[in-house]
Amino acid sequence: MKRSAWSTLLLLLFVGALVVAPLVLPEFHITLLNYIGLYAIVALGLVMLTGVGGLTSFGQAAFAGLGAYASAYLTTAYGVSPWLTLPTGLLVTAVVALTLGLVTLRLSGHFLPLGTIAWGISLYYLFGNLDALGGHTGITGIPPLHVLDREIRSGREFFYLIWAVLLVLILATRNLLDSREGRAIRALKGGSVMAEAMGVHTPRSKIVVFTVAALYAGVSGWLYAHLQRFVNPTPFSLTQGIEYLFMAVVGGVSHVWGAILGAGLITVLRQWLQDWLPRLLGESGNFEMIVFGLLMILVLQRARDGIWPMLQRFFPQRVVRARTEGVASLARRPRPEPGSILLEVTDASKHFGGLVANDRVSFRVRASEIMALIGPNGAGKSTLFNGVSGVDPLTSGSVSFRGERVESLPARHIARLGMSRTFQHVRLLPAMSVIENVAIGAHLRGRKSFIAAACRADREEDARLLHEAAMQIERCGLHEQMYEAAGSLPLGKQRLVEIARALAADPCLLLLDEPAAGLRYLEKQALADLLRRLRGEGIGILLVEHDMDFVMGLADRVLVMEFGRKLAAGLPEEIQRNPAVVEAYLGGVE
Amino acid sequence: MDLQIALLLGQDGVTNGAIYALLALALVLVFAVTRVIFIPQGEFVALGALSLASLQADRLPGTVWLLLAMGALIALIDGSTALRERRYRRLPLILLVNCGAPLLLAATLLAVSSAGLPLPVQVLLALMLVVPLGPMLYRLAYQPVAEASVLVLLIVSVAVHVTLIGLGLFFFGAEGSRTPAFTDVSFEVGDTTLQGQTVLVLVASVLLIVGLYFFFERTLYGKALRATAMNRTGARLMGISANLAGMLSFTLAAAIGAFSGILISPITTIYYDSGFLIGLKGFVGAIIGGLASYPVAAAGAVLVGLLESYSSFWASAFKEVIVFTLIIPVLLWRSLKTQHVEEG
Repeated sequence: MKRSAWSTLLLLLFVGALVVAPLVLPEFHITLLNYIGLYAIVALGLVMLTGVGGLTSFGQAAFAGLGAYASAYLTTAYGVSPWLTLPTGLLVTAVVALTLGLVTLRLSGHFLPLGTIAWGISLYYLFGNLDALGGHTGITGIPPLHVLDREIRSGREFFYLIWAVLLVLILATRNLLDSREGRAIRALKGGSVMAEAMGVHTPRSKIVVFTVAALYAGVSGWLYAHLQRFVNPTPFSLTQGIEYLFMAVVGGVSHVWGAILGAGLITVLRQWLQDWLPRLLGESGNFEMIVFGLLMILVLQRARDGIWPMLQRFFPQRVVRARTEGVASLARRPRPEPGSILLEVTDASKHFGGLVANDRVSFRVRASEIMALIGPNGAGKSTLFNGVSGVDPLTSGSVSFRGERVESLPARHIARLGMSRTFQHVRLLPAMSVIENVAIGAHLRGRKSFIAAACRADREEDARLLHEAAMQIERCGLHEQMYEAAGSLPLGKQRLVEIARALAADPCLLLLDEPAAGLRYLEKQALADLLRRLRGEGIGILLVEHDMDFVMGLADRVLVMEFGRKLAAGLPEEIQRNPAVVEAYLGGVE
Repeated sequence: MDLQIALLLGQDGVTNGAIYALLALALVLVFAVTRVIFIPQGEFVALGALSLASLQADRLPGTVWLLLAMGALIALIDGSTALRERRYRRLPLILLVNCGAPLLLAATLLAVSSAGLPLPVQVLLALMLVVPLGPMLYRLAYQPVAEASVLVLLIVSVAVHVTLIGLGLFFFGAEGSRTPAFTDVSFEVGDTTLQGQTVLVLVASVLLIVGLYFFFERTLYGKALRATAMNRTGARLMGISANLAGMLSFTLAAAIGAFSGILISPITTIYYDSGFLIGLKGFVGAIIGGLASYPVAAAGAVLVGLLESYSSFWASAFKEVIVFTLIIPVLLWRSLKTQHVEEG
């Protein structure tokens, strides 16, 4: 509790400083702090989008513009109350963000930022050329905000509003990131394959995080319009959008507090440069952008995580811990009948151009059975795994899982039906702790939404998810490493984390791709014991493995593949005596 | 709109489209070889045009200082590395290439009155000033982060873009420049006049594209670039240095950009920040080609030029809005064409 008490104390100190600031600081500093607050709100959205979700946008200024112009137009032209224009502006922002997101999300990651550049420019010109919006002169005479019949006119009063909004958003963002949906967003950065295989609807997560970031910008724009009481296109240009990204990156793009730090640094630096550069260069112009650009290149080359991580060691680190007592276990899916057919693969083929990686492979896996898939390197084992689990669909053939045809379903649907897998090349999020990685596996076992997570209405469910993750970690013998960063573990242990993650999904069929590689003898024995226990619980296991001692001592049946084709199938003893198998492995005499 | 105006607009559109096409090709090339989304491509257009204009006005182009500064910086970095590794023999070459050559160029420009020189010499001088900035930029800004994600490289590109825009303003001021036409010849075709400059732009663009084609098909360096674009690791295993490929592609991109700027500066007034929008229109073309296909990118760029030209007639205030909103249906179309979710 000491750590969290310290953390609360720091937060209280910060809030205290904010309360006192307008009472003691001169007007100029208040204005500066107001802008820092407004910028930080936008930068916070970018932290979520870029640092956490691995996407980016240069068009945040345009989203802020939508919020600002919506309110400016509706309040001046129709006399609508600013408190009604806020939701309207946010609705407009959300619609645009959703459209842009839907259009680009199926393409590679870099099309979204390119789209936002184009969109940022076109919106800027639209603001500047629509007569209804006042063209380049903009809209003046925007009414001030009223809170409880009190007009908020002065910068000092606005200060409280801006920073209160910022603090609420920071806490909400932190809560969101430390939740089931938040872990799904964080999983995006590791590529969508793993997240999808764990049942995360990655396009949806991407769109949500993009829309939320846009909405933050919209809120900032709305505040800006009523602080300035006039709007014109300039603060919503692409240059400003680029500057927002600079703020997030310089401050620390993976940390919520980095948004405030970056907004503060860039704003103060600009103020200072605008004083000094004209004296130095003998003329005035946007020369601070030269310095910002160079600073940015330097930050990206030397300290890609920004400045916050350097300060972070002075602050307490938040560690996500699982509660042990008083947590109900998650509901488990009904076990399949022992011996019933779980998976039936018929004539599975996979072609990569002219290369035939799988050629009409057929097999079955039953409940309470360990089936091993063996074969020399390049035999097409991992390809078959990807085909069966929906990660990389088959070219032809059928896969039925628990009586349902799944060969054309996306991986996340197959995961929902109860198939879970590990990857040959470990796909963990190295910076996240082991327990958070494993909790991603339990994604489909929770249902609380983003909004519930942001206002902490999900704690009971999240505790159950983490409890489940902790149980699976202990089961895999990793309890000592539970709170360590997954990337700091040796490779063999990382494979066990993958197994724990797969188990957290409560699967009836487990696909393990070389689980024993990199394990020591005793660890292998422990793994074999675990797999036997799982078999005893009614789970079917399909496993690819090269360690023959491990396979032959464990598997009920063995399927041998060579050059993409099924070479042999049968009991381990039969396979060991099969001349074709012996030849494939040891080479025959011509 | 009558036929004559339609033809006139079409001529405008195709001329601009040809420039966008050149830029689109450079963008696809740089992206394929280095994974860099080269936002500053357009800045080379402005730097090329404005350097030529400065030379013609008998002013020393500010790009000289940039060239000297970047050269000195590279010499400092590479030189100190060579010193640390005790490879003293490399020092003379490092100094000669990065400091000697720019100094020689600067001295020449100071010594002669550039306004009196024949046009081809002026063009050559402008290119010599601007093109080396491409590989230097790669060395200083991109090479240290060459292995980073596309996203990081993109952010670096944007940072380079704002830096160059700021420097452009500092070097050339806020006023635009327009260079005199290369040729006064004009042709009567039916009812319309075909400007010699327009024909020149088209011919030069086509020649450049053909030249690039032969470069990639017939020369060792061209093939090396293609190999790198197809498979970076494979190319490296075959002894093709990633840094060399990067520098080479940036040299080509800078040359294409600067040359495009020189070609259009008699047609439109170029300001320090004009290049950005021109480059982005090339981008819209390149995106139509999915940042991968050269012919589709070129065709897309011509389409952008035509769209721009005709929309400037119908709704001139919304010209940019229309051109850049085009990207939404284009992205939608590409998105529907993509069968699988790509790995970022």
